[in-house]
Amino acid sequence: MSNASKNGNGNGKYKVIGTRPIRHDGVDKVTGRAAYGIDTHLGGMLYGQILRSPHPYARIRGIDTSKAKALKGVRAVITAADLPPSEADEVLNLVEGSFRLKDLRSNILADEKVFYQGHSVAAVAATNLHIAEEALQLIEVDYEILPHVDDVVAAMRDDAPLLHEDLTTKEFGEDTGKNSNIASHIQFKLGDLEKGFAESDIIVEEEFETASVHQGYIESHNATAEWKTDGQLTVWTSTQGAFGVQKQTAAILGLPVSKVRVVPMEIGGGFGGKIPVYLAPQAAILSKKCGHPVKIVMTRADVFRSTGPTPSSYVKVKLGADNSGKLLAAQATIAFAAGAFPGSPVGAGAVCVLSCYAIPNGLVDGYDVVLNRPRSAAYRAPGSTQVNLAVETLMDEIAVKLGMDPIELRLLNAAEEGTRRVDGAVYPVVGCRETLEQTKVHEHYLAPLSGPHQGRGVATGFWMNAGLKSTVTANVNEDGTVNLMEGSTDIGGSRASIAMQFAEVLGLPAEAVNPMVGDTASVGYTELTGGSRVTFATGWAAYEAAQEVKKILIGKAALYWETTEDEVRFEEGDFVHSTDPEKRLTFKELAGHLVDLGGPVVGTGAVDPNSGVGGSFTTCIADVEVDPETGKIKILRFTMIQDAGTAIHPSYVEGQMQGGSVQGIGWALNEEYFYNEGRMQNASFLDYRIPTCLDVPMIETVIVEVPHPDHPFGVRGVGEASIAPPPAAIANAIYDAVGIRLHELPMRPDRVLAACLAKEEAEAATANG
Amino acid sequence: MNSKAHVKTTINGEEMEFLCEPRQSLLEVLRDDLGLTGTKEGCNDGNCGACSVIIDNVLVNACLVFAVEIQGCRVFTIEGLASPEGLHPLQQKFLENASLQCGICTPGFLVAAKALLDHNPDPTEHEVRHWLAGNLCRCTGYDKIVRAVLKAAEVGRETTAPAGSSN
Amino acid sequence: MLSLAGGREQVSVEGRTVREVIANLNRAHNGFRDRLCRDDKLKPTIAVVVDGEISSLGMRQKVSLESEVQFLPAMSGG
Repeated sequence: MSNASKNGNGNGKYKVIGTRPIRHDGVDKVTGRAAYGIDTHLGGMLYGQILRSPHPYARIRGIDTSKAKALKGVRAVITAADLPPSEADEVLNLVEGSFRLKDLRSNILADEKVFYQGHSVAAVAATNLHIAEEALQLIEVDYEILPHVDDVVAAMRDDAPLLHEDLTTKEFGEDTGKNSNIASHIQFKLGDLEKGFAESDIIVEEEFETASVHQGYIESHNATAEWKTDGQLTVWTSTQGAFGVQKQTAAILGLPVSKVRVVPMEIGGGFGGKIPVYLAPQAAILSKKCGHPVKIVMTRADVFRSTGPTPSSYVKVKLGADNSGKLLAAQATIAFAAGAFPGSPVGAGAVCVLSCYAIPNGLVDGYDVVLNRPRSAAYRAPGSTQVNLAVETLMDEIAVKLGMDPIELRLLNAAEEGTRRVDGAVYPVVGCRETLEQTKVHEHYLAPLSGPHQGRGVATGFWMNAGLKSTVTANVNEDGTVNLMEGSTDIGGSRASIAMQFAEVLGLPAEAVNPMVGDTASVGYTELTGGSRVTFATGWAAYEAAQEVKKILIGKAALYWETTEDEVRFEEGDFVHSTDPEKRLTFKELAGHLVDLGGPVVGTGAVDPNSGVGGSFTTCIADVEVDPETGKIKILRFTMIQDAGTAIHPSYVEGQMQGGSVQGIGWALNEEYFYNEGRMQNASFLDYRIPTCLDVPMIETVIVEVPHPDHPFGVRGVGEASIAPPPAAIANAIYDAVGIRLHELPMRPDRVLAACLAKEEAEAATANG
Repeated sequence: MNSKAHVKTTINGEEMEFLCEPRQSLLEVLRDDLGLTGTKEGCNDGNCGACSVIIDNVLVNACLVFAVEIQGCRVFTIEGLASPEGLHPLQQKFLENASLQCGICTPGFLVAAKALLDHNPDPTEHEVRHWLAGNLCRCTGYDKIVRAVLKAAEVGRETTAPAGSSN
Repeated sequence: MLSLAGGREQVSVEGRTVREVIANLNRAHNGFRDRLCRDDKLKPTIAVVVDGEISSLGMRQKVSLESEVQFLPAMSGG
């Protein structure tokens, strides 16, 4: 447990890890000096804008850009004709999935068809933003409007309008040859499902639906591109992964990756939404045509209408248990709305749906479904929240039916080391049980509720966490400080958590390490900031880099003392002569002697660590109050109890847990894409309402530390799991408060009120009848 | 729309003059023409608070003000919060409390919180939440932001209380 | 997949690497390789899990006598 680390005094085992230093990039960010993607400004820069489809589904008969090109101040107008042609089966493999190149190109500039309202059709560069906006209105697009489909269940039907004529359903590598909006069907199977249900004393089964929600980062998408006459393209952008942007941009433009340099600027939020590329290719082509750098910043409405929300979902789950509460069988059917192109996280949803429990017999079917909405993107623990609502609501139903404490029910079934998940993976050491045990004794869980219409709910969630490639390079300065170049863009304080792991190895204070995020030309290959992987994998790379620095410095100390390396030990942050204890050099002292000790001291860590399948488990407690007059839900108290493995910087671990919690609360109560006739009706922060600070209480956190068995410091990763259980915990709290079960997100006041009234009517009918 | 207006104003205590088109927002002029990119653009339609600035002691969203409107006004932006002597207590408390993750909303929150403390040096948690409800943060869940503002208010009261001044 | 392996969810097969495992599976159940691989590489949609650990080495991943090898849909990241 992290009792000591919660005080910020270290956890006893480490000197730097577990403390709370001020982040290295902090001063720049509180003074307004930090340069984000939207702050990019280059000499001679032009401003770009994108024309987007007003229709959810239409064939493009023709585009006339002549009037726009004639407008004074307009320097270039481009369409899909300016992109290289695509082969039908060309595929781009990215860490977040594999995508058909023609789909990626179509999403950048639509060729034959537009597949959603907001689909990019043309782009303009002009001397200022206002002229670019005027030019968009002069572009004439001749659309043939097609019948659209924007509901996931409707899109799966045989008579639904088909989006892609060449799309056939894939079943685990096999092409069924069947034309459909179902891009793929996956299935996991464990044990004997029929036997499991036959042996069950209690079976619960419900259908659930969740609305599409947006990541809601505060900085809009942006890209500034400069295509120089030597053919070199540089892109400055806000991204979760510079190397991913490099790869995607090069593929879309048909360039070798060596021709594309991507400079990751500070990034104003991502949560999965800044993994795809939306603007860099258009800015690049415009720049090539104009001979100037071109900057494009998306409008907020376009961010909502055109960039990846998380899929809306249909989830049906059936659970069977015996009278003691032991789960015997589970079946889940999951359909995710991928948006216009295949690639929803339904596979992750299928893994996560039963991931918290040891269930001997299970069957999970997942469907990736295309429809006329923007291409979906990852959103914090992608796929986990949608399925969590279903399972955790049903767990609550079982607890109520059996008269069991909901935490006891979960403890009875908790996943642990050796549990085989429905996808076949077997858990190593995991912290599911530990989060439940901490919940059971938490003051919040034991505190009485204080008024009418109040209720308490709990839920447990999971995210699998990633490993993947990371690089860190360390350069020792003569004053005893270290410059640390790393490839992971820093969205939430990861510079600090990486620098701290480096500092820990060498006994340095965190402040002596100066972490910087490199661009694709200045740092080794590093995968995206996502999958809760940066502190785990890039931290591991920092550990390796520090080990190399240590080894080199032992050699330098030996040279300094004119002895051999085996005579030098490293202890307590000092280099010590083994046989002459008088000879002792601090890191700083030794660094001061480097001038005449030979070559530079540079250490590199380049890793591809296996994160295993253990991931991070989390349990939350929600107290709500239901207003019986309006159906409005107020969150009275909220606690998140998560296994982070070793917490490197506890403040930022708590921050991840709090941020995920409030995103989960927003998903549960307010957030929703409203569609009418295939068009989003609420594309602004006024109408798409993310939680404000007035909507939520303080978010209490308990960091549970079950160390990752392989990571040098036991880091697991903490960024995502906390978003998964809040909707279910709130739904269960609403049931506890007023006795209604909601099966649809968001749990808006009108839905709550309607369910309350229906319950009253049913009760009155029973009383009268 | 080619004719530009001449605007004379004071930004962070410095007198300034610039030319702008009548259709340009204050946000656009601050960021694109004056190089003051600390004021962030989040939505450009008045709903996120990332571009919070103070004009003549009134907290506003710079995206909803035309640049020509600040003729003769005193404008305060994030760039004016720290002094050569060091950070403002709000900035210091934001750092100590890890109140920022990505940091894009931070300048807006700091400016809005300064406006709050200028009006009300001893706010309750509810008053802080009510005042800052016009500023959106997607990373932090607000917990550490609210705590930092309450702690900065304490510092502010400690440093002003002995003199008995209410400023 | 199940149909290819005669409906069995688990089969025992020899091999020192994932490549050899697939080759031997293909010998017993024709079509197996085409389902999993393209051009001597695992398809990007397929992940291989050896003894509970997702491998990033694909066909080159070494396996031992008692190893459990699973082929799963590859997961998209977060």
